[in-house]
Amino acid sequence: MGFFEKLGFKKKQEKLEDGLEKSRDGLLGKLGKAIAGKDKVDDEVLDDLEEVLITSDVGVKTTLEIIKRIEERVARDKYLNTSELQKILREEIIALLKENDHDKPADFDAQFTHKPHVVMVVGVNGVGKTTTIGKLAWHYQGAGKNVLLGAADTFRAAAVNQLKIWSERANVPIVQQGQGADPAAVAFDTVSSAKAKGSDIVLVDTAGRLHNKVSLMNELTKIKRVMGKVVDGAPHEVILVLDASTGQNAMQQAKAFTQAVDITGLALTKLDGTAKGGIVIGISSELSVPVKYIGVGEQADDLQVFDRISFVNALFDKDK
Amino acid sequence: MFDDLSSKLQSTFKSLSGQSKITELNIAEAVREIRRALLDADVNYEVAKEFTRKVKDQALESKVLTSVSPGQQFTKIVFDELTYILGEKSEEIRFAAVPPTVILIAGLQGSGKTTFAGKLAKLLKSKGRNPVLAAADVYRPAAIEQLKTLAGQINVPVYSIEEQNALRTAKEALQFARKNAHDVLIVDTAGRLHVDEHMMKEVSEIKKAISPNEILFVVDSMTGQDAVNTAREFDKTIDFDGVVLTKLDGDTRGGAALSIRNVVEKPIKFMSTGEKLDAISAFHPDRMAQRILGMGDVVSLVEKAQQEYDEDQAKKLEKKIKSDSFDLDDFYTQIQQIKKMGSLTELAGMIPGVSQKLKDVEISDDALKPIEAMISSMTLEERQNPNIINAGRKRRISRGSGTSVREVNDLLKQFQQMKKMMKTMTKMSRMGRAAEGLKSLYQPGRK
Ligand SMILES: Nc1nc2c(ncn2[C@@H]2O[C@H](COP(=O)(O)OP(=O)(O)O)[C@@H](O)[C@H]2O)c(=O)[nH]1
Ligand SMILES: Nc1nc2c(ncn2[C@@H]2O[C@H](COP(=O)(O)OP(=O)(O)O)[C@@H](O)[C@H]2O)c(=O)[nH]1
Ligand SMILES: [Mg+2]
Ligand SMILES: [Mg+2]
Repeated sequence: MGFFEKLGFKKKQEKLEDGLEKSRDGLLGKLGKAIAGKDKVDDEVLDDLEEVLITSDVGVKTTLEIIKRIEERVARDKYLNTSELQKILREEIIALLKENDHDKPADFDAQFTHKPHVVMVVGVNGVGKTTTIGKLAWHYQGAGKNVLLGAADTFRAAAVNQLKIWSERANVPIVQQGQGADPAAVAFDTVSSAKAKGSDIVLVDTAGRLHNKVSLMNELTKIKRVMGKVVDGAPHEVILVLDASTGQNAMQQAKAFTQAVDITGLALTKLDGTAKGGIVIGISSELSVPVKYIGVGEQADDLQVFDRISFVNALFDKDK
Repeated sequence: MFDDLSSKLQSTFKSLSGQSKITELNIAEAVREIRRALLDADVNYEVAKEFTRKVKDQALESKVLTSVSPGQQFTKIVFDELTYILGEKSEEIRFAAVPPTVILIAGLQGSGKTTFAGKLAKLLKSKGRNPVLAAADVYRPAAIEQLKTLAGQINVPVYSIEEQNALRTAKEALQFARKNAHDVLIVDTAGRLHVDEHMMKEVSEIKKAISPNEILFVVDSMTGQDAVNTAREFDKTIDFDGVVLTKLDGDTRGGAALSIRNVVEKPIKFMSTGEKLDAISAFHPDRMAQRILGMGDVVSLVEKAQQEYDEDQAKKLEKKIKSDSFDLDDFYTQIQQIKKMGSLTELAGMIPGVSQKLKDVEISDDALKPIEAMISSMTLEERQNPNIINAGRKRRISRGSGTSVREVNDLLKQFQQMKKMMKTMTKMSRMGRAAEGLKSLYQPGRK
């Protein structure tokens, strides 16, 4: 454990705030100066904006959409001054990020309308599903909730044990049937057990799968379906975990997982690196799903509730 | 997204036919298309800029467009340049003159290091080596057990210690390899971020302590713009020898490969294409170039087809189609052939253009199972002359194959449609034919 403390993961919040500071004289400032009082944004500035967005993995399509919106606003409100313009750029991007649903609160001490509140976690291989579940369990447990984990990744070598270690770290119970067990049966078992025990929240881990593998996606649909047989409306949330370093393929992932299990929210992991995860802007807007959490490290407390403003500021923070 | 780049360029250049000179002006649009294609494929912003500039210069230098197809000529310039940058074909591991050969595996979290370590051990073992694995990821929960489970599948020993000390694990593993006459040591390490000074220091210390003959940097092929930063930093710290691209069984275009090649002068040595330990192959720059450009992996498909497809049978089949005597029995044989060639999704993805068109058509390998079952439940007479299959026979077939009468009806209808189509297909190009055939086969029944 001592090792992790040395890494100083606690500084993450500060880091995001740092971003806020820097952005004031970064691109936003430049953009503001260049277009203040004009009715057209000059090409050089647009090129800069394009570069920032593309290199943050926002993608060509969404970048063009954002630029179009800025140009329209500038054409309309030409009297804008620098600070107003900065505000607009932020606003336009924030507007693309869907707000969190009220019936699926992100705060760990919020009340759920269902008991148990069942959450299924899905995604491609290695994005951080199990780790995110471990972190969520730790946070919910800390907020006084009764948590139950379900080890429905029965495929990847030692996946069950990995989740088990997390359950010990978070001090929460786990339902498992070992490697190779039928994942749908594990999910069924987990939700049944949560119902019997009176758990507040159930977190079901699933094996990573590439979204273009039809049979594996069908399996996921089935895992989801069986949970609804035990508790009405379960799973109440399906969280797709995306790795911030993933590029445009994340859009395909989101579409395919939506088709298979109708995702309700996103978790964006590994934001403690230099990748910005800009692709979530397009995903959130196109598929109308909110980003709920971000992962900023490998420790239990390295999870934050997603904040649109900090996220957008971090996009324009050159030093992040 | 967009259709494959070559067809885009084709239409871009349509307006150009008749003009015989490439000028800054008339290629501007084509250059834009290329840049967009590269960015959509996750090629880094700067790298894409630089690449399109190079391609533009080359096009301007070549000056004269062949009157036949300027689009094709331009595509070729792009493709050749891309293939060139992606580098030499499948470089091998460098083995030590005096064993053991030490191979160090490093990369970001979740990129596929541990799985690759297992794959490499399996590959080397199959080539007569006697590898041992070192479990130097001492942080990720159950990482050691994961490696042990994988190694257990291939009967390769794993060296690990109780203490949470990666450096010591690696050092002792080397001694263990020497003592036990293992000629290869593969060291699996923890995932680490390139900005994590402490962890980067750890891996460079491991490197210093065990002097690897080969250091491989493992990268997820779905990586976006950040690939350049991570590759650059890892290269600075451990000066790796080669790159491993993982998860290429997905549908990512894999532009990160180009980005990485651009910032570090290191060859891409392996491709990882699945979760199972045999899903590993050598790197082919030309195929990767096609993939990045959205052209599909034609070469692999043709190779696969050549490997598996029985020439005689193909000729017989063609005759049958021409003479309209293609029956359900031939269809059954066809299915077996297709199955031999590998996963359907994999095959379809390799066909140019189809990779995009087929996006929304799910191709399941399971889709073939009921078809096979139904045909198996038919008599030879029924297979040769499906017209005799009346209501009573349909009921029998559906019972025998565990399907419904509706499914039998669907199959018969699809088969008739397919036959009709096959006849018209003879006019089409070979590749196009394969594509249409696959599409018609798997589209129905999944609406
Ligand atoms: N740096 C960092 N690493 C993470 C984060 N989330 C997960 N990881 C690491 O990513 C790797 C894969 O995570 P895991 O939860 O096993 O992924 P899964 O295959 O999707 O379940 C592990 O090494 C994790 O420690 C994060 O937010 N930041
Ligand atoms: N589909 C697919 N999955 C892979 C591939 N390589 C690794 N994986 C999966 O990706 C996840 C992370 O792999 P792992 O080897 O644990 O990564 P590590 O954290 O870098 O050691 C696991 O679920 C693996 O099964 C690949 O080539 N294709
Ligand atoms: Mg997992
Ligand atoms: Mg590992």
